[in-house]
Amino acid sequence: MDVKQVKDYLYWLYYQYLLITCSYVLEPWEQSMFHTITVTVFAMVLYTAYVFVPIHLRLAFQFFSQIFGGQPGSTV
Amino acid sequence: INHIVHNGGLYKRPFNEAFEETPMLVAVLTYVGYGVLTLFGYLRDFMRQWKIEKCQNATEREEQKDFVPLYQDFENFYNRNLYMRIRDSWNRPICSVPGAKVDMMERVSHDYNWTFTYTGRVIKDIINMGSYNYLGFAQKSGTCQEAAAKVLSQYGAGVCSTRQEMGNLDKHEELEKLVARFLGVESAMAYGMGFATNSMNIPALVGKGCLILSDELNHASLVLGARLSGATIRIFKHNNMQSLEKLLKDAIVHGQPRTRRPWKKILILVEGIYSMEGSIVRLPEVIALKKKYKSYLYLDEAHSIGALGPNGRGVVDYFGLNPEDVDVMMGTFTKSFGAAGGYIGGKKELIDYLRTYSHSAVYATSLSPPVVEQIITSMKCIMGEDGTTVGKARVQQLAENTRYFRRRLKEMGFIIYGNEDSPVVPLMLYMPAKIGAFGREMLKRNIGVVVVGFPATPIIESRARFCLSAAHTKEMLDTALKEINEVGDLLQLKYSRHRLVPLLDRPFDETTYEETED
Repeated sequence: MDVKQVKDYLYWLYYQYLLITCSYVLEPWEQSMFHTITVTVFAMVLYTAYVFVPIHLRLAFQFFSQIFGGQPGSTV
Repeated sequence: INHIVHNGGLYKRPFNEAFEETPMLVAVLTYVGYGVLTLFGYLRDFMRQWKIEKCQNATEREEQKDFVPLYQDFENFYNRNLYMRIRDSWNRPICSVPGAKVDMMERVSHDYNWTFTYTGRVIKDIINMGSYNYLGFAQKSGTCQEAAAKVLSQYGAGVCSTRQEMGNLDKHEELEKLVARFLGVESAMAYGMGFATNSMNIPALVGKGCLILSDELNHASLVLGARLSGATIRIFKHNNMQSLEKLLKDAIVHGQPRTRRPWKKILILVEGIYSMEGSIVRLPEVIALKKKYKSYLYLDEAHSIGALGPNGRGVVDYFGLNPEDVDVMMGTFTKSFGAAGGYIGGKKELIDYLRTYSHSAVYATSLSPPVVEQIITSMKCIMGEDGTTVGKARVQQLAENTRYFRRRLKEMGFIIYGNEDSPVVPLMLYMPAKIGAFGREMLKRNIGVVVVGFPATPIIESRARFCLSAAHTKEMLDTALKEINEVGDLLQLKYSRHRLVPLLDRPFDETTYEETED
């Protein structure tokens, strides 16, 4: 019962995605093309976030703690 | 937000009109959707041009490919790439009388709406929320139908002539006297086609050297008539009296553009109910302005005649004004009377002039006799002259249906445009995919609706337009509301951010100012 509810909910979410991006009105081959492009772009965004965000966060944390901590920045 | 306007005592009843603004996220997502469709449109056009795909739309012939291109503008691009994809929501063939319930022929398309085939099945008893059947006179049985059948056996169907030649029947004279009595004017004239009434009579009334002040959202027939006349046209913002007054002041002060001579005539073109917005014209203010600046008023009551007012006499009756204040009262018989044609009412000199100089009177065939009889019978029914109270009951039923339907839709959380009392109810959809999805989902649930997109509306403000009828019973409305609620949840259409408090049992007086909770 729960699995069916989850599946219905996921299908409804997919339907909303189709409606908002207007791929609901496209023909099947256009839909496949659109889904491929969307998934590719989304995967690239995720990969970029995974590679770059931790380093940027760490550097930003160091920068701000330098300003508020008042200690001379160590270059070690 | 409901706001009550008591403008110096001009209004005898509260004027509640609201056009909730588009939520920002919805607008952005609509543009995203249109962007995706435009990109795919370019791709398909490219494929059609390089013959990768078969071209099924109209193109120029091979010999004409070097001429000025015919199909390159945005309208044609929109037509073949966006409209074609959702075309099955329009032009649906019906095969019964368009009353409260209608039968429809089922169609399927195997090549994505380029061609349709009929399966042969007839979908029966679809609740009809799209026909302009405000008082329910679109019937195939009853007094109107019997009278029309009798006249058909007496006069036949064709008239075979224009009004000025041999087409002036005694039925037409009877109809015109009745229409004049119904409206409260001196004289009236009836024409065969509502669109032609506007487009062919405005050129007879104004010409070069005159000024036309026309509302932003006027119907195509008014715009066409104004352009054909050759007068100067200035547009004022929709239902905005400050804009109209500014234009009138400028016109009187500055006169004609180059010569500074005074304008020969200033004609204000407004409609009673605007069918795409569901808004009602601010008639008391327009008449006050017209009297102050000495201009003329042309009121197109196509949707409001029969549908508004305690006696069903239109927007003049609704506001309790004097019909003699409106110089030219125009209307159609198509909507509330279940017939076809249009009329113009006004002073006797005006109508006598139009009998001679109107293009429609000189060149167009006059109304067909059974249609005239339908109008006469239905008008007498509304006026109560046939001895029953059926007409009065229908007018009241329509007003009740309107208030109930609008109130329930607003409570559900949809964005509804327009005035509280107008039987035309636009429900905002915004996103292009939802236009097609809404039409199809409602048809699956046996409810027929009309969805409207560009170019009839601005490109992001697509809507579904419900036309209420006195023939709709409360059960039908409840069924329809239940289905609209379901489809609204399925498609996520409940965009409204103003939640209306459900109406308590208290009268709406001066103290109940704020009804919304944000």
